Amino acid sequence: MNSFWIIFFHTYLNKLKSKSFIVTTLLTVVLVLALTNINNIIDIFDKNGGKENVAVLDESGALYEPFKQQLKTINKDINLKLYKGSEKEAEKAVEKGDVTGVIQLRYNAEKLPEATYKAMSIADSSLFTDLQTALQQVKTMQAASQINLDPAQLQKLYEPVSFEKFALEKNAKTEEELNQARGLVYVLLFIIYFAVIMYANMIAMEVATEKSSRVMEILISSVSPIKQMFAKILGIGLLSLTQLAVFLIVGYYSLSKNMESLKDGFFGVYGFGDIPVETIVYAVIFFILGYFLYATLAAFLGSLVSRIEDVQQMITPMTLLVVAGFMIAMFGLGKPDAPFITATSYIPFFTPMIMFLRVGMLTIPAWEAILGILILVATIAVLAIFGARVYRGGVLMYGKSNSYKDIKKALQLTKNE
Amino acid sequence: MVLKLEHVTKRFGQFTAVDDLSLTIPEKEMFGFLGANGAGKTTTFRMILGLLDSTAGRITWDDRPIDYSTSHLVGYLPEERGLYPKLKVLDQIIYLARLRGMQKNEALIELKSWLERFKISEYENKKVEELSKGNQQKIQFIAAVVHRPKLLILDEPFSGLDPVNVEMLKDAVLTLKQKGATIVFSSHQMHHVEEMCEHLCIMQKGKPVVHGALKEIKREFGKKNLIIHAEFPLDSLKNYPGVVKATPTMEGILLQIEGERVAESILKEIVGKGFIRKFALEEPSLNDIFIEKVGNSYE
Repeated sequence: MNSFWIIFFHTYLNKLKSKSFIVTTLLTVVLVLALTNINNIIDIFDKNGGKENVAVLDESGALYEPFKQQLKTINKDINLKLYKGSEKEAEKAVEKGDVTGVIQLRYNAEKLPEATYKAMSIADSSLFTDLQTALQQVKTMQAASQINLDPAQLQKLYEPVSFEKFALEKNAKTEEELNQARGLVYVLLFIIYFAVIMYANMIAMEVATEKSSRVMEILISSVSPIKQMFAKILGIGLLSLTQLAVFLIVGYYSLSKNMESLKDGFFGVYGFGDIPVETIVYAVIFFILGYFLYATLAAFLGSLVSRIEDVQQMITPMTLLVVAGFMIAMFGLGKPDAPFITATSYIPFFTPMIMFLRVGMLTIPAWEAILGILILVATIAVLAIFGARVYRGGVLMYGKSNSYKDIKKALQLTKNE
Repeated sequence: MVLKLEHVTKRFGQFTAVDDLSLTIPEKEMFGFLGANGAGKTTTFRMILGLLDSTAGRITWDDRPIDYSTSHLVGYLPEERGLYPKLKVLDQIIYLARLRGMQKNEALIELKSWLERFKISEYENKKVEELSKGNQQKIQFIAAVVHRPKLLILDEPFSGLDPVNVEMLKDAVLTLKQKGATIVFSSHQMHHVEEMCEHLCIMQKGKPVVHGALKEIKREFGKKNLIIHAEFPLDSLKNYPGVVKATPTMEGILLQIEGERVAESILKEIVGKGFIRKFALEEPSLNDIFIEKVGNSYE
C-alpha cells in the first residue's frame, strides 16, 4: 500500500479507536437524542401531564366563569377548580400539593376585579403570567361595559393592526422562509464552528505529539513531510465526517420519530420540517473547505512547537480567527444583507461561515458564492504550499522558543542558499 | 552501492555546520563518524538522508541521490530517540516498517525474531512508555533495522546503554554488516569506532580532520606508543632524541615515539641498567591521533 494511505488509515483508525473520541461521540449522541426528544423528556418530569391545578376562591361569586373562559383561550393546560372552603383550608391544600396555587378573586372599590395568587413558590412565572393576563382581559371587558362600550366597539379597539411584509426582490425569501433559514443556518454555523475548532486542534496536537515524542525524525526519513501532512489532514477529515455522519443519522432518526410532537415547538418555527437541499449542499461544501483551510493552518502551526504544552499558545491566533468569524456570523443572522457582512464574506478565513450565512439566508447570485469558494480554494492552495514548506523545516526544529519568528527559521531550513 | 559525499557544505545563515566534506563509504563496510557535540555529525546524517538539503556539494548512493524513492533501503536510528509513547510495540514497529515499504506479515516475522534476539519478547504488547529506557532503545533499534535496510545510519547507537546491552547491540550491528549492509555510525566513544570500523572520519567544527581506513590512518600517523615498566628511574628518557611526549605512569613511563627505530635504540640504552619488567611497542590509539590532530582531548 502507498505510504500516504498507510498514514491516512493509521491516523484515522488510531483516532477512531481512542477513548476520547468514543466518549465525545457518545456524549454528543446522548445530547442529540435529548434535544430531539425534548418534549417527551419534559412530559416525564411533569407529573400531571403538563397540567397545573389552580384552586379559585371566588369572593365576588361572579368572576369565576368569565375568568375560566378567558384562561381557556390563553392556556388550556391550566385546570381551574372552584374552591368552596375557607382561605386557610385552601392554603393547606397548596402545602399538601393537591393544587399548585390558589387564586382569590374579588371586586375592589371601583367594582373592578382584583386577585391575590398564593403558591409554594412563584418561580413558575409563565403560570401566574397566564393567570394575570386572563384576569386583565376580564377586567378590560368589565371596565368597558361600565363605560357603556358595546362588544363590537370593544372588538374594534382590540383588533390587531394588519401588518404585512413584502420583499420586492425577485426570489427573495418570505418572512416565514427567512425564519426557517435562520434556524437551519444557525445550527449549521454551530457545527462548522465547533468542528473547525475541534478537528484543527486535533491535527495540531497530533503533529506536536509526533514532534515532541521525537518519532518525527524517523517518520520524515521514511515518508516526505508533505505527504504526511496531507495524509493526516485527510485522515482526521474522514474522522470528522464519520462523527458527523453518526450525529446526523441519530439526529435524523430520532427527529423523524418525534416529528409530530416537535412540529409546534421550536423545530416548527425554525423550519426543520422541510430542509432546503441547496442549503445543505452549501453547508457541506463550506464545511469541507473550512476544515481544510484551518487544518492546514493548524498542521503547520503544530509543526513549529517542540512541546505539547505550547500547542494551545501557538494556535490561539487561529482559534481567535474562527471565533471572530463566528461572532460576525451571529451578528449577520439578524442582518444578513449588511454591507459589512457582504465584505467579510470574501475574507477567506471568514468565508466558510459568512458566505454560508449569506447563501443560506439571502438569495444571492450564484457567482458570489462561487467567487467565495474560489477565493477559499486559492487560499487553501497557497497555505498548503507555504504550510508544507514550514512543516518540513519546522519538524526538524527543536528549542524553547516558539514564536512566529520560527516560521522564518523553518523556511530557511528548507531553503537552498 | 557506494555512498559518496562530494564537497558537501551546509550553512545555517552565518553558521557553517559542515564545511567541504568529501567522503567515500564503500559498500558492505562499517564507517565511523567521530566528533564532539556540534561537530556536524547529525547534520551530515540528515543531509545523507535527504532531510536537509546541502548548501553546496552532492551526496549520492549508487550514483543516485537518496530520496523517498529509496527510503525502503535505508534505515535510520536518530540521535534523539523517539517512538509513539502510547502505541504498543507491535503496532508501532509494524507501522514504521510499512512506511518503509514492508509487508505486514513480513514485518511481523522480522520483529519477532529481533525481540527474541534482544530477549524482550514479552514486551510485544506493551506500550512503549511502559518500558525501561534501555528496552526503549532496543525497540528504537529494531525500528531502524526491521525492514532489512541496505544502508544503515546509526546516530550514537550505544549512548545511554549499560555494558551488557552495548555488547548485545554491537553484536547485532556486526551481524547486519555480515549480512551485507553498509553501516554508517557516529559515536562519542573512540573505542567503539576503533573496534568496529574499517573506515572512519573525525570531524571538528564541520571539517573532516582525519579520514580514511583505520589501518592507513594509524600507519600514516607513524608515531607509536612505547610502554616501559622498570625498577630504575626512567626520567632521563624524556629528552631522548625521537621521543615526542613522555607521561610518567605508576610503574614506569609511557612514551610517544617517532618510529620503531627509536624503540630499538631506547632498548639498547636501558638494557643493563636494571630489571625491565615490561617493554612494549603499541599502535597509537585513535584517541592519541585525535589529540594530536585536534589539539585537545575530548573524551
